[in-house]
Amino acid sequence: MDAHAIDAVADHGHHEIAIPFNVTPRPDTGVYNAKLGIWLFLASEVMLFGALFSSLILLRTGAPSWPVGKDTLHVLPATINTFVLILSSVTVVLAWANLRLGDLRKGRIFIGITLLCGLLFMLIKAYEYSLSFEHHHFPSTNNFFGIYFTMTGLHGLHVLGGMIVFAYFLTFGSKMWKTEPARFTNRIEVVGLYWHFVDLVWIFLFPTLYLL
Amino acid sequence: MSEQTMQQPVAPTDGMPIATPAADEHTHGGVHDPNLHHSPEEIKREVRIYLLVFGSLAVLTGATVAARYLFDLPMGYAITVALIIAAIKASLVACFFMHLLSEKKLIYAVLALTAVFFAFLIWLPVHDMIDKMGK
Repeated sequence: MDAHAIDAVADHGHHEIAIPFNVTPRPDTGVYNAKLGIWLFLASEVMLFGALFSSLILLRTGAPSWPVGKDTLHVLPATINTFVLILSSVTVVLAWANLRLGDLRKGRIFIGITLLCGLLFMLIKAYEYSLSFEHHHFPSTNNFFGIYFTMTGLHGLHVLGGMIVFAYFLTFGSKMWKTEPARFTNRIEVVGLYWHFVDLVWIFLFPTLYLL
Repeated sequence: MSEQTMQQPVAPTDGMPIATPAADEHTHGGVHDPNLHHSPEEIKREVRIYLLVFGSLAVLTGATVAARYLFDLPMGYAITVALIIAAIKASLVACFFMHLLSEKKLIYAVLALTAVFFAFLIWLPVHDMIDKMGK
C-alpha cells in the first residue's frame, strides 16, 4: 500500500485503498487524475478517427468517380441525428452544472435526457441503415459504402459506449453522490468530455459523408 | 457538499508539495481549479452560455444543410464551406462544452501534440493528391 493509500486509511478510519486526486487537482498536473486520463484517451481517439478520415480522403481522391453523399445517403435522418447529438451535448453540461449546484434530482433528469438522446440517435441510425440495406447498399458494395459503414458504425459504437456509462451513472453509479458528491460530479464531467468528443466526430462526419 | 468529501489524501511523496486541508479548501494544494467552487450565480451564467452555444450549433447545422441544397456550389467550394462551418461548430463545442477556454497547460500540451500527429495523418493523403495532380 503506498503512502497515499495509507493516508486514506488513516483519514477515513477504514481499510479501503483510495485513489488520490480524484476530486482535487494534482499539484504537478493541475487537474484531477480522471480528467487527465480522459484527455489522453481522447487524444488516442483523435488518432483512431483521424486515420479513418485520412483513409476517406485517400479513397475519395484516388477513385475515378465518387458518389455524392446527398444523392446516395439519407440526409434527413442524418440531419435529425445531428440535432439530437447537439441537444445531448447541452444536456450533459446541464447535468454537470446542476450537480455543481448540489441538485442531484435535476442532474439525474438531464443525464436521463442525454441517455434518451443517445437511444434516439441509435434508433434513427438503425432506420437509416435499414434504408441503405433496402437499396442493396452494403459495406461490400463499393469503397464509398465501405468507409461510410465503417466510420458511422464505429461512431455508433462510441455512442453505445457512452449510453452504457450514462445508464450506470443514472442507476447504480449515482449512489456515490451520498458519500462523495464532488467525485460523482467529476465523473459526470469526465463522461461529458467523452460525449462531446463523440459529438465533435459527428460534426465532421455529417458533412463529409452525407452532404459532399 | 461537506468538506470531508472534497478533501483528498495528500502526502509528501515523489516531490509533491504538502497540502494542508485548510490550504486545500481554497487552492486545491496550491493549484487553482476554475471548475470548482464557483458561486451559484456563476454556474447559472455558464448555463446561459451553454444554451446560447446550443442555439448557435443548431443554426450552424441548418446553415450547413442549406448551403449544400440552396446554392449549387462547385464541389471544391462546397467542401470548403462545409468544413469551415464544421470547424466553427467544433470550436464552439471544444471551447465551451469541453471548457478548453480555461483548461490547464498540460491538457493544451497533450492536445497540441495530438494536433501535430493528426495534421500528419491528413497531410499524407493530401500530399498524395497534390502529387497526382502534378503528374
